[in-house]
Amino acid sequence: MDFQTLVFFFLSAILIVASLRVITARNPVHAALFLILAFFTCGGIWALLQAEFLAIALILVYVGAVMVLFLFVVMMLDINLDRIRQGFWNYLPLGAVLGILMVLEMGMVLGSKYFQVPAADAMIPAGISNTKAIGALMFTDYVYPFELASIVLLVGMIAAIVLTHRGPKKSKYTNPNEQVFVKAKDRIRVLQMPVEKD
Amino acid sequence: MDALMNFGTGIFGGVWPAVWTLIKIVLIVAPLMLGVAYLTLAERKVIGFMQVRIGPNRVGPWGLIQPIADGLKLLLKEIIVPSSANKAIFIIAPMLAIAPALAAWAVIPFTDTLVLANIDASLLYIMAITSMGVYGIILAGWASNSKYAFLGAMRSAAQMVSYEIAMGFSLICVLMVSNSLNLVEIVNAQNSGRFADYGLTFLSWNWLPLWPMFLVYLISGTAELNRAPFDVAEGESEIVAGFHVEYSGMAFALFFLAEYANMILVSALTSIMFLGGWLSPVGFLPDGILWLFAKMSCILFLYLWFRATFPRYRYDQLMRLGWKVFLPICLVWLVVVGVWMMSPLNIWK
Repeated sequence: MDFQTLVFFFLSAILIVASLRVITARNPVHAALFLILAFFTCGGIWALLQAEFLAIALILVYVGAVMVLFLFVVMMLDINLDRIRQGFWNYLPLGAVLGILMVLEMGMVLGSKYFQVPAADAMIPAGISNTKAIGALMFTDYVYPFELASIVLLVGMIAAIVLTHRGPKKSKYTNPNEQVFVKAKDRIRVLQMPVEKD
Repeated sequence: MDALMNFGTGIFGGVWPAVWTLIKIVLIVAPLMLGVAYLTLAERKVIGFMQVRIGPNRVGPWGLIQPIADGLKLLLKEIIVPSSANKAIFIIAPMLAIAPALAAWAVIPFTDTLVLANIDASLLYIMAITSMGVYGIILAGWASNSKYAFLGAMRSAAQMVSYEIAMGFSLICVLMVSNSLNLVEIVNAQNSGRFADYGLTFLSWNWLPLWPMFLVYLISGTAELNRAPFDVAEGESEIVAGFHVEYSGMAFALFFLAEYANMILVSALTSIMFLGGWLSPVGFLPDGILWLFAKMSCILFLYLWFRATFPRYRYDQLMRLGWKVFLPICLVWLVVVGVWMMSPLNIWK
């Protein structure tokens, strides 16, 4: 067994244990932490497959940003474990159907060789790094799907803002612009007065 | 060098490359830790002088052994774990804080050949690794099971996520003009241009054409470091000491080490991205690692200077600066740089 295989098995073992713990951990914060570990390990496996751009993007986007906010929310939640457990059997059929669907989809993709579907071969000229190749493809051959995806994301972003926006602020608040540009003479007026004597 | 390689292969055989990498890691981390120790002393001395005090001067000549004494004291102190804290995470959190601060050094080039891992996506790697530093703070705050620590963690999480965006955009401008994600190539790209041909290399560095981005990066860097005036995560006057209020001994020291190692890291990154890394500012002087250290020292001095000068930002002002000031500036300047590069006035060819 060469070194790469060893690393692969090491990472996969961590990934499987971490993924299992995501759904079995009782404490939601622990579950979120195991999810972070799973993402990180997955990044490691992708780096091992020489997809360094995907690996780093996964860590940058999911571990560095999405999960931070997710953890932020999970920590603030008031979670009653007993109440969640009560609904377990009600949700089980739906969850099972979704799980079977996902397994089927993954099987179809991974088994494409078995079903004799010609898989798209990755053609990267030697000497060009993965990151460069993805960039070049994204802005030449796939520029329209790429732009479309960015517009979908933009729409999602605006939709989130619209859904949470509650109209103009009615409470009193300070305007930082005015605060920053305030001068001493706006706040205090020095008067010249003759001294009063009685 | 060859003799050393042969000697190593002779002793360790097949595992020599791994041992050699370990040696290189030690050669980076040991001076870094020494730098961290003396940065704390420098901070106390500089702020002392700025406030017309003397600063530490009792341990050793000019207080030079003070950091060692501090370290020894923290090493010998008991680590108290609060009884209702989440023990495992409480212990892991300081490690998660310092690990990214050290891991990011793997791709920092000291000269064009002196770099541990010269990978093509090194800028992405830096962004990915440094974005993980926030976990140590969040988890420390949560695991302590204390209101003050939790408030500090929440503030820090929101702040770091906000300023990472501005930081990322300013780095995007840098990678656009240098046409590479590789830190070595980013520095080398700053060595050419009209001014560099006249021998005035320092005018060809990225700080001049990307001046607004340089300022944004410098300020967001300070915010990412949780340094004054952006240290709301600690905010002594409001939330005691923020996320590390329950920590003591070496666990507390790790947060400190992480903060100062990150300061050195961000100063190195600023020097590499905007100030030409190891390049000498004028043509007639040789390039070298000393220039990098000089630039880093100047930026580190700036951080200390900020701390002695500015009062702490209020939390809402801090968010406003990140989202309403820096983000629009970055978006506009990104378009400006893009148009500039496509126009006949392009200076980065």
